[in-house]
Amino acid sequence: MSADFFLPYEFSPAVLVLCLGGLAVYLRGLYLAPVRPGYGRIIAFVTGVLLIYVVMQTRYDYWSQHMFFVHRLQHLVLHHLGPFLIALSGPGALLGLGMPGPLRRPLAAFWHRPLTQRCYRIVQQPVIAGLLFVGLIYFWLMPNIHFYAMLSRPLYALMNWSMAVDGLLFWWMILHGWPGAQHSSRPYGWRILVLFLITLPQIAIGAYIALCNESLYSIYAVCGRIWPIPAAVDQQLGGLITWIPSAMMSLFGMLVVLHQLLHAEKRTHDDLPASSHVLSVSS
Amino acid sequence: MSCPSLPERLTARALLVALLLTAALAGCQQNQPWRTRSIAHIMPDLAFTLTDQNGRTVHANDYTGKVVMLFFGFSHCHQTCPATLGKLTAVLDKMGKRADLARLLFVSVDPNRDTPARLASYTSAFAPQVIGLTGTQDELQTLTKRYRVAFSYGKGYPHGNYKVYHSGAVFVFDGKGKVRLLFTQTDKISDISADLSRLLAQAASSS
Repeated sequence: MSADFFLPYEFSPAVLVLCLGGLAVYLRGLYLAPVRPGYGRIIAFVTGVLLIYVVMQTRYDYWSQHMFFVHRLQHLVLHHLGPFLIALSGPGALLGLGMPGPLRRPLAAFWHRPLTQRCYRIVQQPVIAGLLFVGLIYFWLMPNIHFYAMLSRPLYALMNWSMAVDGLLFWWMILHGWPGAQHSSRPYGWRILVLFLITLPQIAIGAYIALCNESLYSIYAVCGRIWPIPAAVDQQLGGLITWIPSAMMSLFGMLVVLHQLLHAEKRTHDDLPASSHVLSVSS
Repeated sequence: MSCPSLPERLTARALLVALLLTAALAGCQQNQPWRTRSIAHIMPDLAFTLTDQNGRTVHANDYTGKVVMLFFGFSHCHQTCPATLGKLTAVLDKMGKRADLARLLFVSVDPNRDTPARLASYTSAFAPQVIGLTGTQDELQTLTKRYRVAFSYGKGYPHGNYKVYHSGAVFVFDGKGKVRLLFTQTDKISDISADLSRLLAQAASSS
């Protein structure tokens, strides 16, 4: 792999500023923090951000525009893996701490505006978040929409950004709950249910693409594939990537939520007074 | 020059996308739809700097007033290129004088073997509207990136008898250099003919 790989194919200032800026703010927060998180969480955040950067701002982006299965891997990173790792690391406190003063106030003001909060509450409702998550996958994979998204540069950018932003919102909701749900025990069950429900349509569309006998995405033949693999194989690989790793991400998500649930139960259990503890054991 | 702030640019971008979608929807509702795929407003206007088969440097505006079909290939190609050029030659020949305003730019992405002289002799086998162009790797990269097409070289490059992997699309521009249609390998001669005639009639009436 040559150094050329790391040069952006189509330079996007927004990707550069958000990814590298986010990383810088996080590292500054890490430096200033009185108590640091474990290495696991730091590695998860840095890996998540770097993965998103690599698939959007290197030669990888060129391959994604010309091979269907590489494009599906790109979306797996943008919509599943990258945001999952970032949400898993729970970077909120460190990002807040590392944010330079002049930026913190306008951002906080924007965040606390009633309109922002109202929108956030709506998109983070589990059912809406789940529908959005699956809906976006289906929308951009509709053959006609996909064709134009691959031809038009603004649409292509919109597609990738919508995947990354929705991925962050969705996995944040799954791993951290949603506004107003902190004091209820139902969130855990809901989160697992949503994760289960989004798996089914992803399996369905992945399997359909992989097993479909006709060519669904002619755009790759039209614009030229960069490696000489048959169109059918490209489509099968792309379908398999949409089908299996995406479904497995739901499983990982469920394991994390179950882990959180067990911890929360243990905590409430430990917090109970000794008498009720005995009572609960005997009952 | 003042630089627009990020929210302003985002709003502008959102507006652009909304406009594009409306334009696409409006395109679908035209009373007479195109028979091949319309890509109006989806891709940028024609722009390039290349060398033609006579060795002259040419730019996109040298073809203003002409309906330009842009196709990427290489002269050692055994399948896609002769098939596409042959098909379009049949369309152009059948139209006779009506096709005078058409130009089919055959851009070779294999400048290593395709010298202007070789291109001139290659294109002479097809319709007189076919013009061979090529350029430096930089010029070719700029143009292919603009139209989001890929090309790459197979085993043996640059000295052996290598293959070149390239796009099979024909991008069609009107007399003002605006992108209008996309012809693909599966399009029928009758559909290409009908749409090209419409574009040529428009170009003739506006000139």
